[in-house]
Amino acid sequence: MTTEHTHDTHDHAGAHASDHHDDHDHKPTGFMNRWLFTTNHKDIGTLYLVFSLIMFLIGGSMAMVIRAELFMPGLQLVEPDFFNQMTTMHALIMVFGAVMPAWVGFANWMIPLMVGAPDMALPRMNNWSFWILPFAFTMLLSTLFMDSGGPAAGWTLYPPLSLQTGQSFAFVVFAVHMMGVSSIMGSINVIATILNMRAPGMTLLRMPLFVWTWLITAFLLIAVMPVLAGAVTMLLTDHFFGTSFFNAAGGGDPVMFQHIFWFFGHPEVYIMILPAFGVVSEILPTFSRKPLFGYAAMVYATASIAFLSFIVWAHHMFSVGMPLSGELFFMYATMLIAVPTGVKVFNWVSTMWKGSMTFETPMLFAIGFVVLFTIGGLSGLMLAIASVDLQYHDTYFVVAHFHYVLVPGAVFALMAGTYYWLPKWTGNMYSEKWGKIHFWLSAISVNILFFPQHYLGLAGMPRRIPDYSTQFADFNMLSSIGGFIFGASQLIFVGVIIHCVYRSKVKATSRVWEGAKGLEWTVPSPAPYHTFDVPPPINAQTVAHADEYDH
Amino acid sequence: MNSSAPEKRKDTRKLVIKLAGVAVGMFAFGFVVMPPLYDVICDITGLGGRGLEVAQGASVSLDSDREVKVIFDATVNSALDWDLHPNDPVAHVRLGEMSETSYLAFNDSSEAIAGQAIYTVTPPEASLYFVKTECFCFTRQSLAANESREMPVRFYIKPDLPEHIRELTLSYTFFQLDEPAGATVTGAAQAAQE
Repeated sequence: MTTEHTHDTHDHAGAHASDHHDDHDHKPTGFMNRWLFTTNHKDIGTLYLVFSLIMFLIGGSMAMVIRAELFMPGLQLVEPDFFNQMTTMHALIMVFGAVMPAWVGFANWMIPLMVGAPDMALPRMNNWSFWILPFAFTMLLSTLFMDSGGPAAGWTLYPPLSLQTGQSFAFVVFAVHMMGVSSIMGSINVIATILNMRAPGMTLLRMPLFVWTWLITAFLLIAVMPVLAGAVTMLLTDHFFGTSFFNAAGGGDPVMFQHIFWFFGHPEVYIMILPAFGVVSEILPTFSRKPLFGYAAMVYATASIAFLSFIVWAHHMFSVGMPLSGELFFMYATMLIAVPTGVKVFNWVSTMWKGSMTFETPMLFAIGFVVLFTIGGLSGLMLAIASVDLQYHDTYFVVAHFHYVLVPGAVFALMAGTYYWLPKWTGNMYSEKWGKIHFWLSAISVNILFFPQHYLGLAGMPRRIPDYSTQFADFNMLSSIGGFIFGASQLIFVGVIIHCVYRSKVKATSRVWEGAKGLEWTVPSPAPYHTFDVPPPINAQTVAHADEYDH
Repeated sequence: MNSSAPEKRKDTRKLVIKLAGVAVGMFAFGFVVMPPLYDVICDITGLGGRGLEVAQGASVSLDSDREVKVIFDATVNSALDWDLHPNDPVAHVRLGEMSETSYLAFNDSSEAIAGQAIYTVTPPEASLYFVKTECFCFTRQSLAANESREMPVRFYIKPDLPEHIRELTLSYTFFQLDEPAGATVTGAAQAAQE
């Protein structure tokens, strides 16, 4: 494909659009009109992304408190109860405030551009689903300043411990409700956009993989966020209204909470990682200058992972005392997930195989993702073995596992996607030099941070404790040093973004990357305020990847 | 895909209503359907160890010489200022034979407190074969300040207990009841006091 072709395509669509809408690129003026009342998918995407970056930094500072306290054995910096509040809040903020809204931000920005739609299907609901979030997180964070303190029973909110939270518990529950409402509205919007707003000719199996993974993620969200809402509502009534859903004295069962929570919780982890699979599947072909290997297989693998995520929840609770048949079922079902995930990893590697690869920052993060996410996946397989999980349960091995899949997994994919599309969003190129410094510092420090935690866990160090016995001292210090470097490196990320938006002198072309394919690269950079008022033509030049065009 | 704009809006509305319906349905599943369903599943499968039967009197066929070891366990919830101990921590019980054991409860505090015992049987599967004819856990118990009391349990284990179960544990946890203590003393507790 040539660059000329792209410009033709764009000019064609652009000419049509301006015939009908002379003033179509005028943004609303004034801060309130532009941001508070906006119904534009690009503005709302930007709001989501800025919000999640702020939450990432807040959640990250909590992680710094945790790692500082764990730098040495003994209690140095914070009270144990505050430490527990930090671990709980760090998780809640990172899961619900950083990773999930960041993916919704990507969805808002990119899905209409990728399927050739003028906007999201429900623009006003879109505005609402974003603006709930700042209120939800203000409520959640405000509990830290209340007399009874923030939630300290872990993000899983297991009763009876979580019911010992004071009056501030109500704020936590309502904050979770609001996040749930926001996610559900966002998902309905994504599904409606993908199913009803695609340009003519953009059939389902021509959609970019990021759109596919988000479609499946959105169905997961609609299915499980309400279940979490139900679970926390039961906690609320047990705490304040004397019900006994989880109160053994009144005939309830605390284990039931764990079943309900993980019925939500396991699909939730795929909600955070499936869009990451999508982003990486967009980036690797671009910088390998080859079509994605096994496009349809990727789609089916994603759907299989989503289905399996509903039938493996009890692997989080092997230690509650389950019948042998239950342990075996959940063990084998969990291991089965390695098959579609393996398909994905092999397809990514095959995409790069014999490609003309270049290593710009998005590609570095994407390759980092493939390697490090696979490490996290393998420790997940170890945890799936029910008999040995009794030893690993609630140790730092679990902490190492889920941080490997979430930090160099989901977060690296978010960064890869940010570097990849930042020129499209802002019209400027970011600093490649500082992007690469950010990558290498992050990739090295994240391993110093999390790899030693595998050993700590195998040696028996429990999670969620502010103090530990002295034999764990060396690895903890190493881990903390890695943590501080990783935390500081993220300030480079913020710097690169600010520089790109306000200071960068290098203008981006519409295609941005030599090997980039897909509709989003046919519009100018920065993407105009309104795009695809007239549906774009769909053909081998404009489709990112589809098996039919790969020959 | 080539439908006109109003048609598209109609399609979107239909889709949104369906998706919102799924969300509401899943909330109802988690909040309304799940808790009773969980109890039913536990009762049928014995999961949770609470599936045991309550029977009046006893006439059981003694066609088995098989004996199993029964371990009696006792815990008191941290909010309740009581002590609870099994008088005989271990018993060897012939299947089908009525057995009796007892726990000793003591109120450490200087006021009357009402408590309720919750039981579980481990392995959970065995709870389906555990039959109680009398238990202090059937009703709430009230102890006056510094009072101690023997609390009896009468039970038998059905002879068709699966072969691989040779040892089972009956565990009690006492929880404090919130009602003012000693207001009404129920049947079993009254009988024990007399």
